[in-house]
Amino acid sequence: MAINWFKYSAPTTFYGLAGKLIPWFGISAAILFAVGLYIGFFVAPTDYQQGEFYRIIFIHVPASIISMFLYLIMAGYAALGLIFNTRLSSMMATAIAPTGALFAFISLWTGALWGKPMWGAWWVWDARLTSELILLFLYLGYIALHASIDDPRRADRASALLAIVGSVNVPIIYFSVKWWNTLHQGSTIKFSGTSMHVAMQQAMFITLVACWLYAIAVILARVRSIILERERHTKWITELPEVK
Amino acid sequence: MFGLLMLVIRRDLMLAMRRRADVLTTLIFFVMVVSLFPLGVGPEMGMLRKMAPGVLWVAALLSSMLSLGRLFSADHLDGTLEQMMLAPQSLSMLVMGKMAAHWMVSGLPLVLMAPVLGIQFDMSAEALGILIVGLLLGTPILSMIGAIGAALTLGLRGGGVLLSLLVLPLCIPVLIFGTGAVEAATTGLSVASHLSLLGALLVLALAFTPWVTAQALRISME
Amino acid sequence: MIGLDIWMRENPITYVVLGSYAVAFLIFAVEIAMVRHKRKITLQQVRLMRDAGDEE
Repeated sequence: MAINWFKYSAPTTFYGLAGKLIPWFGISAAILFAVGLYIGFFVAPTDYQQGEFYRIIFIHVPASIISMFLYLIMAGYAALGLIFNTRLSSMMATAIAPTGALFAFISLWTGALWGKPMWGAWWVWDARLTSELILLFLYLGYIALHASIDDPRRADRASALLAIVGSVNVPIIYFSVKWWNTLHQGSTIKFSGTSMHVAMQQAMFITLVACWLYAIAVILARVRSIILERERHTKWITELPEVK
Repeated sequence: MFGLLMLVIRRDLMLAMRRRADVLTTLIFFVMVVSLFPLGVGPEMGMLRKMAPGVLWVAALLSSMLSLGRLFSADHLDGTLEQMMLAPQSLSMLVMGKMAAHWMVSGLPLVLMAPVLGIQFDMSAEALGILIVGLLLGTPILSMIGAIGAALTLGLRGGGVLLSLLVLPLCIPVLIFGTGAVEAATTGLSVASHLSLLGALLVLALAFTPWVTAQALRISME
Repeated sequence: MIGLDIWMRENPITYVVLGSYAVAFLIFAVEIAMVRHKRKITLQQVRLMRDAGDEE
């Protein structure tokens, strides 16, 4: 069955598709969160070194991974929008940014809460936490730039360029922060010794997928509003049942 | 190619000389920010000596940010920028010329001023030497990355602050390697790795930022 | 602050759940609310524009 994928790169068709998909992603996310957290709290054992505090990882680690992943995807859509001039690509990039920033914030917040019982301080300049903070700055910069430009086309293209420059910089920034951290013998938020208990790994993987599905659902919902806004002059919008 | 570069640099330098006040205010800002730190944290020499490379580098970073807004705005307002973009010559070359002039006017004075301020912080001669080398390598990088930000924020209301917001995270590696080199010098470790990383970043910046800035200018001027 | 430290060690699970998970899910809830709100006002805007167009 050959699906004409390019059909969905038009805002008109994508709007409908997204609308149908959101409930599926949302509900699966909720179910997986429930399952993952159940395993994480009731099946996984107490950690030898960290006691019960380690159970933060089931939200901290997925949030970090998703925030980084989303930045790359955002930069990817931004690049597509710049190169191929497809409106929908730029709209997707704009839709991803707030979700990415919120996940980065959750990662930082939960990282701090994990740090407090481990290190006695609400913030430690761990290389990964510091890189995550810089990632949050990159997200906020993207959102600020986009918001400051009135012309939507210039806004899309300027923030796209910023996102691409940012994503090229991310490995450099991460490397330099790691370097800085080892130089100053900073703390490293690590797990006890060698490997994690199987149940811990399972729970973390399930909550990772749950966060991913949630992110997709929210981003699709946001992009639908962006499509409505940008295309409000067109006829197909006025024909929509929710507008009538 | 080279002739064009020289032409652009000479022109920008001439324009900058006519507005000497702008050049001086950047320098004065640098001196003031550096002086604020001892006032804020106390005059205990041991602590100041430890903080010195960080303070000087952060101040250099902030001072460069300040002057970046002017990189394209004057030419943008009087229409010269548009002419530059329509010209058959390579826009990347023109941009590189402007970056070079900007550095000579904003970055280089900071490099020359830094040793004087470093003495206020009781930095050793070795440390000062490495600081200067680091700043020499790093301030051009700041000018170049900053130019991208200046091009993206051309003519926007948020202006200077928005530019700083966008550019500062990207400059963090330069900060880390620059200060790391000085600390290595004071503790007797090898500075080569830090400085060569800075050098590598400089080469990367030279290779890519003019073109990226040119693209950013095209986006802003459409 | 010392009181918090003691409480934290006595009630680790509560600390984790309240401090991290509650906050995370709160942020999710706020995000969902914001997306739905944005949709609502965008739809209103579109209707307004359409009605303004119909009047001509």
